Amino acid sequence: MSTTAAHVDDHGHDAPHGFVRRWLYSTNHKDIGTMYIVFGGLGGIVGLLMSIYMRMELQAPGLQYMTDGNVWNVLVTAHGLIMVFFFVMPVVISGFGNWFVPLMIGAPDMAFPRMNNISFWLMPPALLLLVTSMFVEGTGGAPGVGVGWTIYPPLSGGLQTGMAMDLAILSLHLAGASSILGAANFITTIFNMRAPGMTLHKMPLFVWSVLVTAFLLLLAVPVLAGAITMLLTDRNFGTAFFDPAGGGDPVLFLHLFWFFGHPEVYIMILPAFGIVSQIVSTFSRKPVFGYLGMAYAMVAIGFVGFIVWAHHMYTVGLHVDTRAYFTAATMVIAVPTGVKIFSWIATMWGGSIEFRLPLMWALALIILFTIGGVTGVVLANAGIDMTLHNTYFVIGHFHYVLSMGALFGIFAGIYYWFPKMTGYNYSDKLGKLHFWLTFIGVNLTFFPMHFSGLAGMPRRYIDYPDAFEGWNFVSSIGSYVSGIASLVFLFVVWEAFTAKRKAEDNPWGEGADTLEWSVSSPPPFHTFNELPKVN
Amino acid sequence: MRTMKPHRSLIALAGLFTLLGMAAPAMAAQPEPWQMNYQDMVTPVGALVDDFHNLLLVVEFGIAIFVFVLLAYTCVRFRRAANPNPSKTTHNTFIEVIWTAVPVLILVVIAVPSFKLLYYMDKTAEPDLTVKVTANQWYWDYEYPDQNGLVFSSNMLDEEEAKEAGDPRLLGVDNPLVVPVGKNIQVLVTSNDVMHSFFVPSLAVQIYGIAGRSNETWMRIDKAGTYYGQCNQICGVNHSFMPIKVIAVEQGEYDQWLVKAKEEFALNSASPKLKLASVTTDRAPQTN
Repeated sequence: MSTTAAHVDDHGHDAPHGFVRRWLYSTNHKDIGTMYIVFGGLGGIVGLLMSIYMRMELQAPGLQYMTDGNVWNVLVTAHGLIMVFFFVMPVVISGFGNWFVPLMIGAPDMAFPRMNNISFWLMPPALLLLVTSMFVEGTGGAPGVGVGWTIYPPLSGGLQTGMAMDLAILSLHLAGASSILGAANFITTIFNMRAPGMTLHKMPLFVWSVLVTAFLLLLAVPVLAGAITMLLTDRNFGTAFFDPAGGGDPVLFLHLFWFFGHPEVYIMILPAFGIVSQIVSTFSRKPVFGYLGMAYAMVAIGFVGFIVWAHHMYTVGLHVDTRAYFTAATMVIAVPTGVKIFSWIATMWGGSIEFRLPLMWALALIILFTIGGVTGVVLANAGIDMTLHNTYFVIGHFHYVLSMGALFGIFAGIYYWFPKMTGYNYSDKLGKLHFWLTFIGVNLTFFPMHFSGLAGMPRRYIDYPDAFEGWNFVSSIGSYVSGIASLVFLFVVWEAFTAKRKAEDNPWGEGADTLEWSVSSPPPFHTFNELPKVN
Repeated sequence: MRTMKPHRSLIALAGLFTLLGMAAPAMAAQPEPWQMNYQDMVTPVGALVDDFHNLLLVVEFGIAIFVFVLLAYTCVRFRRAANPNPSKTTHNTFIEVIWTAVPVLILVVIAVPSFKLLYYMDKTAEPDLTVKVTANQWYWDYEYPDQNGLVFSSNMLDEEEAKEAGDPRLLGVDNPLVVPVGKNIQVLVTSNDVMHSFFVPSLAVQIYGIAGRSNETWMRIDKAGTYYGQCNQICGVNHSFMPIKVIAVEQGEYDQWLVKAKEEFALNSASPKLKLASVTTDRAPQTN
C-alpha cells in the first residue's frame, strides 16, 4: 500500500444536512477547523478596527476622538485580549491544527471529536463575555476594563468597582478551558492516531509545532486560570492574595501571570514556525534541513519558555541576582531560535526555489522575526530593560514577533492551504497586492516605535508630549495602510469564492509531499477511512 | 567629583549615527522631534547604558544584515530558473554546530557588560541623601527623610500653566523634585494605590511603585539641568498625565531651595494624608 490509498474515499455524501446539524453539532475536524478560522478572522477584524481607532487617536498630540483615558485603556485592554485569545490562538493552533494535524498524520479525525466541539463552542460565549465587559461599569465607574491585557492588581482588584472586570475574568476562564481541552485533544491525537509508519520523527514539522504548543497550553493555561480565580475571589469574596492590606502581594500576581504569559507568546508563534517550515520545504523542493534539530529546537524553545517569565518584571523590584538569572536564561532562547532561522535558509540553499505567494509570506516572516529577535536580545538584558521597559520599544518588539511573526504565519498558512481547504484557487495578483500592502503597512507602523521607545515614550498613553508627534504620525499612516491591506484580503477571499476556479489536489508540485496533498481539494468530509501507510 | 566622562558615549553615538548616515539627536533632557535614540544620559548609569546599547546596536545590525544578505543570496542563487534541480542535502553536522556555537559566543560577549551594568545600577553603597517617591492616582509625592520629613506633592500643569512656566506640554509640574548634582541619591519608590512606574529616561531610572513595598534605585546626576519623565505603568484614567520633573542644581543652590521648601511645605508635615506616606509607614492600598 502507498499513501495514495486515501483517494478511494473522496466522496462527501455522508456530511450531515442542515446548518444546525452540520455546524452546531459538528464533530468533524475540518468543519471545526473552518469554524475556528472564521471565528478567529472575525476576532482579528474587531481587534484590527480597535487598533486603527487607537492609531487615529495617536496620530497627533492632544485628544482627537476619545473623551478620556478610560476609553483608551479599555481599547488597549480589549485589543490585546482579543488579538491573543480570539484571533491568533483560534486561527493558528485550533484552526490550522484541527484542519491539518489529522490530515498530515493520516488520522481520520481528532481523538475526541465531541470534546473538539465543546472546545470550539466555549469560544463564542467567551468573546461575548469580553465584549459585554466593555459596556458594563468598570474603572472608576466608567464602562469597561481599563487595565491592560496583563490585568495587574491592584488596578484590576477592588479598585475596579462594577462587574466589568469579573466578566473579563470569566471570559478568560472559558477561553482557557477551551484551550486546555483542545490541547489534550491534540496531544492524544498526535500520540495515538498516527498512520502506520508515521513515527514521531517522521511527522511533518507543523505537527511537531502543534504538539509542543499543546504541551505549553496544558502547562501554562491552568496557572493563568488559578491566578485569575484568586483575583476573582480577591474582588468578590474578601480574600487578599494580591492585596497588601491583607498580607497579600500584587507581585505574586505578576509572577503567576507571566508564568503563563511568556509560554503564551510561544504558543502564538510556534505553529507559525511549523507553517513556515512546511512552506519553505515545499517551494524549495527540498526536505527540511536538519529536521531533528528543527523539531527539538521547538521543544527547547518550549522548555526554556517556562523559565524566563520574570524578564517581563525587571522593574518591579526583583533582587539583582534574580534579574541576572533571568537575563541569562532569556538570552539562551536566542540559540534555538537562531537554529530555526539558519535551518530555513539552509533548506533553501541548494533548492530550486519558486517564489509563490505562500513563500513570500514565509520569507517575510523570517525577515521580520529576525528584527523582532534582535530587539528581543536587547530587551533580554535587565540593565537595558530598566530604560526600555513599558516604552514603545517593547511595543515595537512584540509586534514584530507577533503582529508580524504570528500574523504572517497565519497568512502564509492561508495562502498555502486555501486551495486545499476550499477547493478554489485565489487570484495571485490580488494576493500579491495584499502581501505588499501588509508588508509596507506593518513596517511603517511598528519600526518607528523603536525610535519613540528609545526616546522614552511610555506605552498605554492616550496623549504624549509633542516631541513624539513625528514617529506617531508615521505609525498611524502605516496602520491605515495595513487596514486597506486587510480589505484587499477580504476581497481576495470573496473573489476566490465567486470566480470558483477549481483547485488541483496538489497545486504546489512535487515539493508538497505531506499527506494533506494526497487527498482531494477540498478533502472529502471523511478522510482516511482506510489508513494510509507511510514508508 | 566627577568620575564619569559623559562625552565618551556621545562620541560613540555620534560615530554610529555618522556611520548610519543619520543626524545625531540634539542635546536633550526631554524627547526631541524625530529622535531615534536615547535622550542624552546625565548619570553614570545612563552613560553605561548608552555604551552598552551602542554595543548591542552593532550586534543587532550585524546579525540582521548577515541574515538578510544570506537570505537574499540564497533566493537569487537558488531560484528555479538558476537551479532547476534541487540538491537532497539535509544534514551537515559541522554547519549545525557552527550556527549553534557562534550565537552562544556572541551572547557571552553581550553578557559580560550586561551583568556589569546590572549590578552597578542596582543600588548605591553609600548614599549622600535619600529621596522617597510615593505614587498616587495621579500625582507623585516627594519626601526628603533626611530633611525632617520635608514632603510635597507634584501635580501636572495644564497646557496654559506649562506654557507660562516654559515646560513642554504634559511634562510640566507645579513642584518638581529638586536634587543636588554630583551626589549619590538613594531613591525609594512606593505607591499609595495601584502600581505606577517612576521613569526618567535621561537619568536611566525606572522602578515600579507598588503598595506595600519599598523599591530602591539610585542616581547621581552629573550635570545641572531639568530632566523630564512620566509614569510608565498603566494606573487608570489619567495614566498619561502624571509627569515627573527633576531639577538638578549645585549644592549651594540646593541648600537655598531646602530652606525655602521647608517654609513653603511646612504645613504638609502636619497634614495627615501625607504623614501616612512617610518612610516608616508603608500604606496599604485603599480598596473600593
